[in-house]
Amino acid sequence: MKYAFSFVAVLALVIIAWLGSMIPGLQYLFGIAIPYLAIMIFLGGFIYRVVQWAKSPVPFSIPTTCGQGKSLDFIKQDKLDCPTRASEVAARMFLEIFAFRSLFRNTKSELHEGPKITYESSRWLWLAALLFHYSFLIIVIRHMRLFLNPVPQWLQFLGFLDGGAMLQVGAPLLYASSLGLLGGVVFLFGRRLVNRNVRYISLANDYFPLFLIFAIAVTGMLMRYFLRTNIDIVTIKELLVGLVTLHPVINAEIGSIFYIHVFLVSALLVYFPFSKLMHMGGVFMSPTRNMPNNSRAKRHINPWNDPTIKPHSYAGYEDEFREFMVDAGIPVEKELPPRKDEE
Amino acid sequence: MYNKGTIIPGLMLFVLFVTFPIWFNVFTTAGELPKPESPPGGEKHCIASAEYMRANHMQLLNEWRDNVLRDGNREILEIDGVKYPKGLQLACLKCHSRKEKFCDSCHTYAAVQPYCWDCHLTPKEAGSKEATH
Repeated sequence: MKYAFSFVAVLALVIIAWLGSMIPGLQYLFGIAIPYLAIMIFLGGFIYRVVQWAKSPVPFSIPTTCGQGKSLDFIKQDKLDCPTRASEVAARMFLEIFAFRSLFRNTKSELHEGPKITYESSRWLWLAALLFHYSFLIIVIRHMRLFLNPVPQWLQFLGFLDGGAMLQVGAPLLYASSLGLLGGVVFLFGRRLVNRNVRYISLANDYFPLFLIFAIAVTGMLMRYFLRTNIDIVTIKELLVGLVTLHPVINAEIGSIFYIHVFLVSALLVYFPFSKLMHMGGVFMSPTRNMPNNSRAKRHINPWNDPTIKPHSYAGYEDEFREFMVDAGIPVEKELPPRKDEE
Repeated sequence: MYNKGTIIPGLMLFVLFVTFPIWFNVFTTAGELPKPESPPGGEKHCIASAEYMRANHMQLLNEWRDNVLRDGNREILEIDGVKYPKGLQLACLKCHSRKEKFCDSCHTYAAVQPYCWDCHLTPKEAGSKEATH
């Protein structure tokens, strides 16, 4: 039922944009006003979330250590998995962000007769996540051809690599990244349905972005390959270049599928900062990844500490309470000084 | 706020990336629209309306390519009494005779690189070949 709710929500967005864009005059709402609002909410929300995280103190040194820490000279340190220096942390972060290294360690557990539990490496998630994220990145960059005029050479080359160089299928050319995104999103969704453990912990806000991104990919592909009525790329680019030069115009009729696609993207942009999708910014902010494991060499100061509370060593504590401790029969490291005048 | 030194430049870089098209277009001729040239010979009729051709010409050409090259179907179309053999050079370029001023104007604008010209010759190239032979 959790996925049914998300599905209906995405369907409602599609219908709103579809019916809305057919009302004369509302094209300006769906093509200009909502995209502007969405990008502003996206940027503002993104900055707000990152600043909120930056304001949260990290009370303890909590890097996740996945290998041998720095120890005696003859014990080899695992520099990537238990970094102690800034350069090692940077290397670890780089691989996490660009290669999803922690997903590579994904395991699946199974209960067999006995009862006996087994764990085995499960790398399909890692592979599908790579496919999904890189396809999405390429698609976003590729869309810049509709916003930039003249289109820079490197962008044309990217479009060529993605379309003509990979598959020479159909006209307009089928992009490899379209297939990658669809394949990735279908896998990530299927995993939530098929894998019982993941299905149990999946919520509506796990399914919603998957449906939304699926719908964005499908409307984009429908617009490019099938529903081409009134899809004139020059009119569309005129509108999109107008958006980024702050002189938006809609000079001709554009098919509803375009407004549906743009509305869904706007919905994604608005939803982004307030959802799990913020892992895009969050991956840079996670203390379990971006801290070096050097708490023995360098003291981690808890920012919460009240500066008026001074450190209190055991020796100082015993000095303060020695008499009471001796009275109560608690052993002390330093005996009471012999009394001078016994009465 | 902690770690201002890295977080604020990071956020600034992010905003710069997202708003890339805005400041890129400040330095370019972004507002200019392509002006595909009308047939120099003055022909007024095409096989379909301009709106249809703008949106669908690539699919039509692809279909023709499959018809002619894969299925051997070279049936000649007759629209409003005018005969059009299926083919980029045989039909389209007969009227729209300057590829550089017609096809390229929008294709450059939209950064589309059709592979028509992997096999086909533009009228200009064809002309220069004939001259050398």
